[in-house]
Amino acid sequence: MQIPVLAELVSEGKSPEILFWVGCAGSFDNRAQKVTRAFCKILHEAGISYAILGNEENCTGDAARRAGNEFVFQMAALQNIQVLEGYGIQKIVTACPHCFNTLKNDYPALGGNYEVLHHTQLIQQLFLQGRLKLKEGGPFKGKRITYHDSCYLGRVNGVYEIPRAILAELDADLVEMKRSKSNGLCCGAGGAQMFKEDEPGDKRINMERTEEALSTHAHVIAANCPFCITMLQDGIKSKEKQDDILVKDLAELVAERL
Amino acid sequence: MLQPLLFVVVVAVAGLMAFRSFRRIYQNIHLGKPEVITGDVAIRRKNVLLVAFGQKKMFKQWLPAVLHLCIYVAFVITQIELVEIFIDGFTGNHRIFAPYLGGFYTFVISFIEVLSVLAFVATITFLARRNLLKIPRFTKSELDGWPRLDANLILFGEIILITGIFCMNGADVVLQKIRPDHYPDTGFLAISGWLGPVLFGGLSEGTLVAVERFGWWLHLLTVLAFLNYLPYSKHLHIMLAFPNVYFSRLKPRGEMDNMPVIMNEVKSMMGLVEESENATEGGEMSEFGAKDVFDLSWKTVMDAYTCTECGRCTEACPANITGKKLSPRKIMMDIRDRAEEIGQHIEVNHTPFINPEKGGDVLTVENYADGKSLFDYISREEIHACTTCNACVEACPVMINPVVPILELRRYEILTEAAGPQEWVPMFTSVENSGAVWQMPVARDAWTQEA
Repeated sequence: MQIPVLAELVSEGKSPEILFWVGCAGSFDNRAQKVTRAFCKILHEAGISYAILGNEENCTGDAARRAGNEFVFQMAALQNIQVLEGYGIQKIVTACPHCFNTLKNDYPALGGNYEVLHHTQLIQQLFLQGRLKLKEGGPFKGKRITYHDSCYLGRVNGVYEIPRAILAELDADLVEMKRSKSNGLCCGAGGAQMFKEDEPGDKRINMERTEEALSTHAHVIAANCPFCITMLQDGIKSKEKQDDILVKDLAELVAERL
Repeated sequence: MLQPLLFVVVVAVAGLMAFRSFRRIYQNIHLGKPEVITGDVAIRRKNVLLVAFGQKKMFKQWLPAVLHLCIYVAFVITQIELVEIFIDGFTGNHRIFAPYLGGFYTFVISFIEVLSVLAFVATITFLARRNLLKIPRFTKSELDGWPRLDANLILFGEIILITGIFCMNGADVVLQKIRPDHYPDTGFLAISGWLGPVLFGGLSEGTLVAVERFGWWLHLLTVLAFLNYLPYSKHLHIMLAFPNVYFSRLKPRGEMDNMPVIMNEVKSMMGLVEESENATEGGEMSEFGAKDVFDLSWKTVMDAYTCTECGRCTEACPANITGKKLSPRKIMMDIRDRAEEIGQHIEVNHTPFINPEKGGDVLTVENYADGKSLFDYISREEIHACTTCNACVEACPVMINPVVPILELRRYEILTEAAGPQEWVPMFTSVENSGAVWQMPVARDAWTQEA
């Protein structure tokens, strides 16, 4: 699978329909890279004209901003906006809800205005347009799947039903956790928590969420965020339940059925 | 003649005292920074109708919502009766609306009576929920002392108020049979119609008049006392919920307020703007973020004064759930306590707190320096624990946003003090130098080779 890079396409005189914003996790984190590849597979399968920025991409600055470091955020953001403006980018898709939120909600005040989609939103559109066709059967048909709402896609941006609609396409047996949708529980990574230990307390937030997910007796936890996946995976490892339950991004679940 | 005179004096004194207290609250809210709040008026009005009047967000928990609704509707409808009490009080009349409204009067007063009974049941249940049942959000340590007493006091006040209504109406019903010339026919009142004769049936005329007057004055004095108590209580939410919902953020929850000063600074570093365009006044950068009430928007201070300490935010907070120190409710209570402290010092012109560098003879917002800040109320550990998940924002029935001040305090810590969790430093450095949250030995597009 050849991943199209924007600079190369432009030099060939082509301009893709949509920019795939890979993000730091999607680029560097081993686990998140699998989601990146799965999403690329979906884009290829659906025949979407897309490209990545490759080495011209920069961190969006979300974690720095939420930690309070506006200076570092502004440097990252303004650089990104310069690059995006240079290519005249109008539409962006990303598999990270933190990148999604920052590009969509933080960048306009800095002069960066784009149509930004989370990958689940694009996948649902592709289903609706009939551009994605799933194979029959598949490993998760009829299996119990629980869905973890990430804060930055769910409560922060109000997207609750689209990921569930994708699960419906997969014929999965969705079991909701006690805290779901607008009452969902954080994985513990947002607001730059990913980059430090939890403050002292009774337990780590990801353990609380993992226990809740395990109590559904689901075979799979579907997620939509690289940080959530890391946090839940860590929780499951420390409970030694990695043989009982899988943590998967929705893009991976879809890609497995193509 | 004596009663109207007494009434005028009592109402005037209570009204003046209340006015002064409410002016103090207004001034304390405006200790915060000016912020022009604009945006869709239609959405704001809709929010007020649904969230403030309609109690929409209360119904995430149906039991307290129904009970709260009983007290709320009883409170609102009782205002109609209060209008009559005021007219009667000033003019020396008795139930001036009764002869004019006839059956409608019977309906309105009966409605108030039924709601009062429901409110009574709700009040008893609330007292039990607060004091007997160990409901986690009512047992947190930030409620120790005055907040817990405040919550109970108001519930007792509610019982007194309802007692007043039924003494008044109950004795009145009996008196209507004895002296129809002075006590106009109210028709059969839903509760007092039978409760009155049962309680007060055998009493002498003199005693009945005394009971009726006792109930009438008890009701009025409780209302006036309540009015003066409000500015010192979490129950201020019954007034501030409305403006607070109206002025609440319409921006996406994920959007953090931009800092134009820093944006311009970075732009000039990157050569995106002319140096002269953004030369900061005086050449020196001021402080960033918030360390005190003066640095927060007035809207955040109003949030703090609107907080009724219900704890739905804290109950939903993942940090608090897992035993960490952060409680969004405590953050809001701390901001209010600090605003109160500053407000009091300014009110009495406590001159030792005048910052000598700023000068002046009178203590004001501009020269205030008592050597303390919000960080004396809110610990670093609390603000570091926030995951910005917005569960608290979602949970608040009156649209308070605790994430906004938490992030402003973080900005102060990082940008002004260059402090904060050490573990964040490598992330900052990495974003700044290599454009990624992690320092990585490979290129950003290395993954494409294996795709």
